[in-house]
Amino acid sequence: MNGITTTEEMHSLKDFLIFIRSELKPKGKILTPFNLISAPIILLGGVLILYRFIMGMGAVVHNASEYPWGIWIGFIVMVGVAFAGGAYVTAFIVYVLRGEKYHSIVRMAVLNGFLAYVFYAGAILLDLGRWWNIVNPLIGNRFGVNSVLFLVAWHFLLYMIAQLVEISPAFAEWLGLKRARKFLASLTLGAVIIGITLSTLHQSGLGALFLMAKWKIHPLWYTEFIPLLFFISSIFAGLAVVIFIGTVSFRVFDKDRIDEEYRKSWDDILIDLGKACAITMFVYFLLQVLILVHGKNWALLNTPMGYWYLTELMGLLLLPAFLFGWGVKSGNPAPIRIAAVLTMIGVIINRIDYSIIAFKWYLPFSERYIPSWMEVVITLAIVFTMVWVFRWIVNRVPILRKPPQWAIEQEQEEEEIEGRAMALAPQLGLTMADGGKTIDLHKK
Amino acid sequence: MGIDRRTFLKGLGAGIAGIAPGGSLLPGRVEAAEAPGNKEFMGVIVDTTRCVGCRSCELACAEAHNLPIPDISDTSVFEKNRPTSETQWEVVNRYQTEKGEIFAKRQCMHCNQPGCVSACPVNAMEKRKEGPVTWDTNCMGCRYCMISCPFDVPKFEHNSATPKLQKCNLCWERLKQGEKPACVEACPAEALTFGTRRELIEEANTRIYKKPNEYISHIFGEHEVGGTGYLYLSSVPFEQIGFRSDLGTTAYPEYTKGFLYSVPVVLLLWPAFLSGVSAITKRKDNVRRKEGGKV
Repeated sequence: MNGITTTEEMHSLKDFLIFIRSELKPKGKILTPFNLISAPIILLGGVLILYRFIMGMGAVVHNASEYPWGIWIGFIVMVGVAFAGGAYVTAFIVYVLRGEKYHSIVRMAVLNGFLAYVFYAGAILLDLGRWWNIVNPLIGNRFGVNSVLFLVAWHFLLYMIAQLVEISPAFAEWLGLKRARKFLASLTLGAVIIGITLSTLHQSGLGALFLMAKWKIHPLWYTEFIPLLFFISSIFAGLAVVIFIGTVSFRVFDKDRIDEEYRKSWDDILIDLGKACAITMFVYFLLQVLILVHGKNWALLNTPMGYWYLTELMGLLLLPAFLFGWGVKSGNPAPIRIAAVLTMIGVIINRIDYSIIAFKWYLPFSERYIPSWMEVVITLAIVFTMVWVFRWIVNRVPILRKPPQWAIEQEQEEEEIEGRAMALAPQLGLTMADGGKTIDLHKK
Repeated sequence: MGIDRRTFLKGLGAGIAGIAPGGSLLPGRVEAAEAPGNKEFMGVIVDTTRCVGCRSCELACAEAHNLPIPDISDTSVFEKNRPTSETQWEVVNRYQTEKGEIFAKRQCMHCNQPGCVSACPVNAMEKRKEGPVTWDTNCMGCRYCMISCPFDVPKFEHNSATPKLQKCNLCWERLKQGEKPACVEACPAEALTFGTRRELIEEANTRIYKKPNEYISHIFGEHEVGGTGYLYLSSVPFEQIGFRSDLGTTAYPEYTKGFLYSVPVVLLLWPAFLSGVSAITKRKDNVRRKEGGKV
């Protein structure tokens, strides 16, 4: 029994339902080491999440009254959102700069970004003591328009919608919805431009949240440039994650889930991504040095917190930046992969510093916040669930393989129409800005 | 004409905000100091040279707000420096100073322009026209106010499934009926004085002027973090009675002002810029395609 494997064969609702049923079956092996480790953690995490909502946060989290935000905000939200930065950077390169070479990775990056927002920004719900009020800033049970968090909340929501629009043509292709795909694909550029704008603001906004924690954050980390630092670091953090996920994905997924051309072009793309990382990281490093010089905090470098700061800056920023540079120059992907992992660790530490490690650094160890095992399990469960969902989608939806033939034709047709509009434009005195939509060019 | 530049600019600003896509997302700003009704804020002087550490104020506070009643005859509490907590909106602490033991009560300072109010995404924290900073139940429990408070006052009921945020509200419910805060009324030593902030600063200055040997010449809260509703007098520098000396005189909301002002600029200019870049790259693509080249 083969069922229906491609959407081309669907002609009726019954066919569609048979298709969906066959898609719901697991693809690939079930008893893999990753599954054996992650499944119990996800189950335990689920139980603990339920327990947290029934009993309140205190039953699950380590209550250190001096630390309002633990790892759910400091790690899941802060790091998760920075790691999702790859979506807006890649979308910028592919859709705005039209770097066609990178088309093969854009869906992977956007899918990862979208899921990151769903799961990691969604984890805010866990950390909101009065979570049932989460709709208040959206429905206007008072708008706190002076609040950075108000801005961030709205941008999370809008950006999730923008990312859903960006990735939606892939799902339309999977389900064989031709007309829907045509419509959704026409929204992509708009969604990308809005998405980049929203990302610029809320990536930096996450940093701006700490601006009022003035004396609570160690002076080596506190600067009025926190928003800018968060924004720039989200660029290389996101790209490092794309390098990481790409490397892993092109290895672990079955051959029929991955397009051969895509796989072959990956090493080349990887080098270019490494180059972009190296450049943004050097810019970030220079900015950090300027801030340090400007702040006249030299003396603090020779303290325990200073050593920690230097570890972060030298070992987890400058070192991977050089590794990226080396990999780019020698055309060798190995150092780039190592650099990507180091960069990710650096960003994790940087974000955790702001809410936990450099936050009230002066308190004795006994008063400091250390996450409880339950917080850690829930955090891992969320990350693993996201990986499961990512895998489920890549195994079904054309993310790492080429779209079906009809979708490619649809795309070419659109381009042709635009091309003709382009040819007509000078005669009609039109600019390309309106995409030639003023005249109906669909009529041949 | 009866329209001056300020009004015109205000109108223009409002107009732009309304036209812009996502107008509701643009940050508006209310200077709390000139907020509702131009009414003068009420406040309290804490004269630490008069406080005897009897903790009557703690008891009165707990009674007024249905909090656990403290045993005020127990002096062992002074052995440790106590912060305010979710069950204690105010606490009296004892400090060893160069002039011996000094008692000072701590509670919300009721800033003129509070960091917590500007932090709150749902305006659950509010600066009332009478002066108190109050909390409301539309709160989401995000605890950004706790990150943003220069005095670390707001406390969260972590261990409840329906947690509330607990902090001194300057007895707002009593103020509305023309009564004084419970702590002020309970103080037997006249260490606490209630009044409008302007009157209080005059009074505080008078005390310093009349008895220069008993006070240092500094009213804590007159300028700190842009001014606070609670004002402190002391015979020793304020670091010795548990205050930070590095708070500065900038109102806390000012720290995020620059970022928030950049938001409408980015929201308007970024899409325009990106559309422009996109139009250029598209044109290039098309030219190349026309010439028969590969894209």
